[in-house]
Amino acid sequence: MDHLVTSGAWGLALLQALLYAALGPLLVGWIRKVKAVLQNRRGASVLQPYRDLRKLLMKEARVAHTASPLFRAAPYVVFGATWLAAATVPLVAVDLPTAAIADIIALVGLLALARFFLALAGMDVGTAFGGMGASREMLVSALAEPAMLMAVFTLAMTAHSTNLATVVDYHLTGSIVLRPSFLFAFAGLILVAIAETGRIPVDNPATHLELTMIHEAMLLEYSGRHLALMEWAAQIKLVLYGALIANVFFPWGIARSLWPSAVAVGLVAIVLKLLTLGAALAVAETVLAKMRLFRAPAFLNLALLMSLLGLLSHVILGVRA
Amino acid sequence: MSYDGMALLQQFLLVLAALVLFSAFSLLAQARLVSAIHAFAWQGALVAGVTTVIAVAGRLPHLYFSAALTLALKALLIPWILHRLVRRLELDRHVESLWRPALTIMAAVALVIFSYWLVLPIVEQELTFTRNIVAISLAVVLIGLLMMVMRQQAVIQVLGFMSMENGLFLAAVSATAGMPLVVELGVAFDVLVAMVLFGMFFFQIRESIDSLDVDRLNRLTESRGDGE
Repeated sequence: MDHLVTSGAWGLALLQALLYAALGPLLVGWIRKVKAVLQNRRGASVLQPYRDLRKLLMKEARVAHTASPLFRAAPYVVFGATWLAAATVPLVAVDLPTAAIADIIALVGLLALARFFLALAGMDVGTAFGGMGASREMLVSALAEPAMLMAVFTLAMTAHSTNLATVVDYHLTGSIVLRPSFLFAFAGLILVAIAETGRIPVDNPATHLELTMIHEAMLLEYSGRHLALMEWAAQIKLVLYGALIANVFFPWGIARSLWPSAVAVGLVAIVLKLLTLGAALAVAETVLAKMRLFRAPAFLNLALLMSLLGLLSHVILGVRA
Repeated sequence: MSYDGMALLQQFLLVLAALVLFSAFSLLAQARLVSAIHAFAWQGALVAGVTTVIAVAGRLPHLYFSAALTLALKALLIPWILHRLVRRLELDRHVESLWRPALTIMAAVALVIFSYWLVLPIVEQELTFTRNIVAISLAVVLIGLLMMVMRQQAVIQVLGFMSMENGLFLAAVSATAGMPLVVELGVAFDVLVAMVLFGMFFFQIRESIDSLDVDRLNRLTESRGDGE
């Protein structure tokens, strides 16, 4: 019996990881669709990113003459690290064995690994754009990472654990509490997520304009299945941040047992939450204009300040209340 | 006792207090004069909110009066006077960016930690729920002081001074459930009179050095010293 439960849990964990990969293009398609509607366009179908991925996967991959083996390996490393990181974030159910593999700090580390290889691949071929994009990506991530860690520490100090499943569980078991530290951590984490996934005030995912692009500049030399894997990894990363924000700050609905009915409720809940977050992101991207690159440090400073204030208000206003 | 044991009203109070701290930070970092005045008005409104919640939670009816006074004076009247002054001085579009924003913000964070460390013995002595806000009010006072040190523009320095007064008021409300009414009225009128005097000073400074950049006041004496 025990053996059965464990294998069932592992199966569900595997399914959840597959769900991340499957939901990624859908979320991006949904955001594009909402943005198009907001801008009075009809927009492509929500399924368009799937078609793009399929087209890219079927095409032949061309590699520059100057490329080293690292250039060919990077897409697999980036995709693998991002997917593994995503697998550790509770999406549908809380008590999965994958959550025990990595805590939040390991999650940040896995994302950093993916980013490191992305930047290396950008510089590998030796084009000007690749190096520029890599340096910009490193600028943004060097400032975003401390802010993310601070926000994460605020969560971990409240729940007395750095394990994501425990954090989510802690919020579900406790009564509904208004915490000032969480408001700040939430704001900080949203700013970090926008910067890390390359959305509008920091980077524009829709253009290839040489003066502004960050993420796209590193992918310019890729084609075929390599490009497909890189783009897919970026989409999974978006779902990862969405699930992290949705499930940590609004955990209601997530499955706490492995009964099929609970899992179904969890699935519906997370899809609704991601759709809401995606629509909010689309509205924000329509309202806001992209910042100059040199304004990005100020933006990330604000994120760091938010996370720091969250940590401080947890210490000052929380412990001996 | 952790959050879970507290009533919703007290949690709301803590959120408001944390927002007061955030408003102090945003006041410190504002580059535009008009947005700084708006941030100050928000801070006044938040302090009034904290006072109201303490009045409701602690059943202290005289605090309602303090809250109304704070709201009228610090969230409406003084910002309005400042707005008018700024418009008459033609500074509406004045932008003065902070010197090394990241460093200044980190200094303010250090001040928050320092004031927490300072208040810790008081907090440990008594366990009323408002005691935690004392650290925040002290931090608001220190950040106002930092603002007066870091900024060169006279109007923003006055905002720093007023935000210090906000912090002191918050400390009085949270530590001792408010001052006697006579004292409070006296302080309120002092602040108002100070505001009027500051307004006159702005015009004087501007007439004599043709700017509100206070650093230029030093240069005048230096140039006279050079001439001798």
